[in-house]
Amino acid sequence: MALLTKKDASLITDPLADNNPITIQVLGICSALAITAELKASIVMAVAVMFVLGLGNVVISLMRNIIPSKIRIIVQLIVVATLVIVVDQVLKAFAYELSKTLSVFVGLIITNCIIMGRFEAFALANGPWRSFLDGIGNSLGYGVILIIVGFFRELLGSGTLLGYKVLGDPIAKTGLYATGYENNGFMIIPPAALIVVGIIIWVQRSRNPALVEDN
Amino acid sequence: MSDKKLTFKKRLHILKHHYRGKKMAPAFNALHTFLFAPDETTHSGSHVRAADDLKRTMNTVIMALIPVLLFSMFNAGYQHYSAINGFPQEFSLMNDFLTWDNFWIGIIKVLPLVVVSYGVGLLIEFIFAVIKGHEVEEGYLVTGMLVPLIVPIDTPLWMLAVAVVFGVVIGKEVFGGTGMNILNPALTIRAFLFFAYPTWMSGDKVWVYEAVERAGGPDAISGETILGYLAQNKAAEMSYSVSDMFFGFIPGSVGETPTFLILLGGLFLIFSKIASWRIMLSAVIGSLVMGLIFNGVVDAGWIGETSKFYGLMSFDFWKHLIVGGLAFGIVYMATDPVTGAQTNRGKWFYGFFIGFLSVMIRVFNPAYPEGVFLAILLMNVFAPTIDHYVVRGNVKRRMKRLKNATILPKDSAGKANELHAETA
Repeated sequence: MALLTKKDASLITDPLADNNPITIQVLGICSALAITAELKASIVMAVAVMFVLGLGNVVISLMRNIIPSKIRIIVQLIVVATLVIVVDQVLKAFAYELSKTLSVFVGLIITNCIIMGRFEAFALANGPWRSFLDGIGNSLGYGVILIIVGFFRELLGSGTLLGYKVLGDPIAKTGLYATGYENNGFMIIPPAALIVVGIIIWVQRSRNPALVEDN
Repeated sequence: MSDKKLTFKKRLHILKHHYRGKKMAPAFNALHTFLFAPDETTHSGSHVRAADDLKRTMNTVIMALIPVLLFSMFNAGYQHYSAINGFPQEFSLMNDFLTWDNFWIGIIKVLPLVVVSYGVGLLIEFIFAVIKGHEVEEGYLVTGMLVPLIVPIDTPLWMLAVAVVFGVVIGKEVFGGTGMNILNPALTIRAFLFFAYPTWMSGDKVWVYEAVERAGGPDAISGETILGYLAQNKAAEMSYSVSDMFFGFIPGSVGETPTFLILLGGLFLIFSKIASWRIMLSAVIGSLVMGLIFNGVVDAGWIGETSKFYGLMSFDFWKHLIVGGLAFGIVYMATDPVTGAQTNRGKWFYGFFIGFLSVMIRVFNPAYPEGVFLAILLMNVFAPTIDHYVVRGNVKRRMKRLKNATILPKDSAGKANELHAETA
């Protein structure tokens, strides 16, 4: 027996590519720009969003028939705020340095458009299992882009990956730095994330012309 | 020349026909058009052939840049030897400046910058021409000459190559190539270099050949730019005269110093009607106005000598035009017809703010000792907005005139006819 039916599996695979929340729906750009200077922060952010979105979708889906539609946004906010606070406290307890790096952006997961978007568009109309898959799928799509951007920004901007000096030591001039290579300071500043995301969108659309909107 | 002998041009022509319709066709077309004037004519439709096509326009700008390039090659050596031996007591143009020793430094330092800039930039143009199946665009001809002139002389060549790739792809090709770009590609390249490798773009080492290698050693040399001195409130340590600044015997980016030659180039561009005199004039006015405001603030005693802004604010307002890259930026960068304002009235605003903001950024932001490239890039972004409001204003004014003309007939027939004729 397959673990997932084909229809269910597409809930996870679609957001990874042709319906990616960042590159296609252009949601959640804010955090993608802010925290991707380091790969580690990108990964933690991706995991945090996956936790919030996966669980949040299930909770909203379970309550979907009892939430009065007039106050549904407030209910959604409460659910997401609760989950975000859990994430924030866990980070502060077990990874204090990292929570400093991510600073306000963990709190700002509350306002991440992807989360409210999935609650509204999917969880309010589907059962908990499918909602859970949708949440995991979308947060994976978000996380993949975050990790790609974080990978290039940390590698080119600091010459490290997850803190390891993969290109050599810039001060002692070992490895690649011995040849005169230097870190690209431009990749550290947030506008670089915008350009990397732009390049990903460009590549994606060149590979799949169906994604290009008609003008 | 005998018909049987295959010239290079003919070979290219045959190759071009051989590859017609195939993937590599644009590359051969490009090489052909780049090296020779193609003798094919268009077969359909009526086309007006103007002599001042894109290639001619570009070549005119390059001609205006050649004197600056030659000067910069001599200046590269002059700054290098002056930093080692001290500036000559009695300056003689032939003996101290136009020497082979100086020119040799220019050949080994400035020419590689030019070669890398053109090589990498044109390679990208070729690649994109092949991918898009277009004719190659001449857009890089001017950019390729501007880029080596606006970077410090000790810029490592690989950094320049990376920046050119970035500037041409992100600054131009993603928008659709030549003529479609929002930002000036040469300045995009400069901005990329500045933000990516700030240590190579500022300080007192990068402006003089070998100063970086010699840093920290017993034979260390340095050459601070005038703006650098002023930003540190060290105007007194500066030994450059006004004529040094005007003729360009000062450290700075490769080709930004010779204000006199830039002025000649600017006049040449104005008289050949390539560049807009409105932009140049209004930019000069803008920078003078901002300079006067700063001078006035100092004269009024609001800024003391201990203030970190004192050096730059007390700098005579007109001298801003002859130091740093302001003159170069105004003449060759701000007048870029693609990224600048298009309407005549818009050009006045566009130019004015370039001058105004350049001096403002220079003075207020010590992290950016040169604000010209930022000011021009910023106004590049605003140019379409300026044009939009100029056009809207024009439409409004004419609508008003039309309204008056159509109401008037009731009053007096003769006057109405007169106005009607005017609006029609």
